[in-house]
Amino acid sequence: MSGATKQGTSISMPKLGESVTEGTLGAWLKQVGDTVDKYEPMVEVVTDKVTAEIPAPVAGTIVEIIGGEGETIPVGGVICVIDEGNGASAAVTPPVDEQPQASIPEADSSTPTAETLPTSGPGTSTGRVIDLTDARSRRDEAELLRARSSPVVRRLAEEHDIDITALQGSGVGGRVTKADMLAEIETRRSQPAATTQAAPQTQPQPELARPAEPAATVAPPMSAPSIAQPMPQQPAAQVQVMPGDQVIEASVMRRQIADHMVRSAYTAPHVTVWMEADMSNVVRARDRFKDEFKEREGGSLTFVPFVLRVLTQALREHPNVNAAWDNGRIIQRMAMNIGIAVAMEDGLIVPVIKNADEKNIVGLARAVNDLASRARDNKLQPDEVTGGTFTLNNPGTLGSLFSTPIIVQPQAAILSMEAVVKKPVVVDDAIAIRPMMNLSLSLDHRILDGLSATRFLAAVKKGLEEFPADASIY
Amino acid sequence: MATKLLIEAIREGLTQEMETDERVFVLGEDVGKRGGVFRVTEGLIEKFGESRVIDSPLAESSIIGVAIGAAANGMLPVAEIQFLDFIHPAMDQIMNEAAKFRYRSGGDFSCPIVIRSPYGGGIHGALYHSQSIEALFTHTPGLKVLAPIDPYDAKGMLRAAIHDPDPVLFLEHKRAYRAVRAEVPDEQYEVPIGKAKVVREGSDMTIISWGWYLQESIQAADAYMQEQDASIEVIDLRSLRPLDTDTILESVMKTGKVMIVHEANKFGGLGGEISAIIAEDAFAYLDGPIVRIAGPEVPAMPYAPPLEKAFLHDKDDIRAAIEKLAAF
Repeated sequence: MSGATKQGTSISMPKLGESVTEGTLGAWLKQVGDTVDKYEPMVEVVTDKVTAEIPAPVAGTIVEIIGGEGETIPVGGVICVIDEGNGASAAVTPPVDEQPQASIPEADSSTPTAETLPTSGPGTSTGRVIDLTDARSRRDEAELLRARSSPVVRRLAEEHDIDITALQGSGVGGRVTKADMLAEIETRRSQPAATTQAAPQTQPQPELARPAEPAATVAPPMSAPSIAQPMPQQPAAQVQVMPGDQVIEASVMRRQIADHMVRSAYTAPHVTVWMEADMSNVVRARDRFKDEFKEREGGSLTFVPFVLRVLTQALREHPNVNAAWDNGRIIQRMAMNIGIAVAMEDGLIVPVIKNADEKNIVGLARAVNDLASRARDNKLQPDEVTGGTFTLNNPGTLGSLFSTPIIVQPQAAILSMEAVVKKPVVVDDAIAIRPMMNLSLSLDHRILDGLSATRFLAAVKKGLEEFPADASIY
Repeated sequence: MATKLLIEAIREGLTQEMETDERVFVLGEDVGKRGGVFRVTEGLIEKFGESRVIDSPLAESSIIGVAIGAAANGMLPVAEIQFLDFIHPAMDQIMNEAAKFRYRSGGDFSCPIVIRSPYGGGIHGALYHSQSIEALFTHTPGLKVLAPIDPYDAKGMLRAAIHDPDPVLFLEHKRAYRAVRAEVPDEQYEVPIGKAKVVREGSDMTIISWGWYLQESIQAADAYMQEQDASIEVIDLRSLRPLDTDTILESVMKTGKVMIVHEANKFGGLGGEISAIIAEDAFAYLDGPIVRIAGPEVPAMPYAPPLEKAFLHDKDDIRAAIEKLAAF
């Protein structure tokens, strides 16, 4: 939506897809004073780590840029003002609806599969318009409390130039309270200037820095970073820079991953269980098709689609694992939308295979290859990284044997498939050589217990070990 | 100094005003021979006679109308409405006549009447003897509404009300008549109208209350402060209109958190007005939602004891709300 102002037309953050309530601005492609044509890209916007460009909904001259780079703006929030330059702008201009570049057709029960999703270019239809307040109200109350600051906290932050997000809140849900602000002001007062450089010699506080506004809904783990070393929001103020150190400003993606990991680690009590699966049958099945697949499809046939297939069958038997914790209630998901962690040079991204249970192995393989390659090319649509109900991680491809993955919030669990390694194992009291793979399952102990999670993991193991070696992938 | 019950302080104040100013007289249902249904006016008819202690007919409109007429002729009438629940037949006289007297005459005349009335519940009084309808009157410009609960304040404010040139509704919480005691000087003194009283000084939270719930609020705050390292400011509003906005805002700007506790139901209650004033004038000092503890949205106080108990809040409810707001 846009509306007329005295100077021109206010341009708002467009809705970039279902369930996307805000976006973080990337680089401005236009500056104040630049002229823009209608539909010409003005600014990059990063939502859940996908970068899209916002096209100008009207032609004119940019007279004011309201949202700076790195700023997170709710959908509908004003990002800039364009003077349409015909004098009419001073009068009331009718609101202009933007076509978000990355809009996605309305999701319904027959959500488009990865193959049918548009792969690039402007969307051809606007998404269903969701009332912002409605979307907001559905957000977890605790998250809101964390994200919102009371008037007095904001006033004190402004008066004393304090970054609220860098403080550890003592209020409900980690909210920064007036008392926290007063304590911070007192600390600053008692410490001499140059706080940014001469940080105290002490380690960062052992307790977690307050999780920030959880902009990122997706950001998964390779292996779990040590929970004992949470990523502080503003580490510059706490970590002493030694001579020769290189200080790198974290990218938007890096910061979103950090925020999400911290939030997940400190909201869901993680427990990780491991099992070892004999992959002989899967290896045989894959061997039968991998050359043919490569020839026909171009990409390689990895173990991932096989594990996905078994995984969705296990989820069907154990629906309590395909679930989310929501403030005292458990939401069991109908859809099986499986997130796939894709490693990138500076971070990682988790595109989601919607309704993964409806696909055969070749369909899963195509979806995985398509999403992974587009992820690496920065061409994912915002909706392709949201809506996951369970996440599969594949550190094994890099040789990992064990991991303690961190859950993608608000999912109930995450599974890591480790490296397939030939090992001597005991079969019928004889030693045999078998391709073995470890499975690492982290569960949210609020939703699941050892019993239910282990049963689920055993079902995955059983599915892999008893995979019909003669099964077709089609 | 002698301690006196609320009812004794009011009776003493009234007696002394009648002794020292012959313009003062009382009228109302059963105020004479019976001494009032709560015995506030006990002994007055023997002392001052039927011409200054008038047993009126059961006609509230005429009680107030007579008071207005007497005031217009130089008297200082103190009318009693037996229960605030019964005041409605007199609403026209109060709202359209008494409250507008000064305005209508361009300031040439005023209407120095006092309307005393017991209000509030918790004494097993059920529908017709329990209501807290002060907000009906605080909404009316031209009226002053007082609700002291401290016997010291009651005696001093009654004097201020009688000598105030404009109509004053003087509310007496019937549950407190024989339950609240304080040191009250024997001599006459005045407690000014329009000033709230800080009964507990604190820095972490402000509780604004009046009437019986002030008592509960003080107990809740004291109990909380005994266990927690916290300091809660408790304000007895005393004067509901004019409202002491300075004291309210000053306190809220200091503490950042505020809870308003009143017995009347929440919707459209005075707590809403106080909330709005705080939001308008102290917004940048708030560190939490403005919390209101108020009566339920049901038509009247139930008779059955368990239901009456459910209707009312007590110190435990308030204590729980304090904990929640403190943690915010």
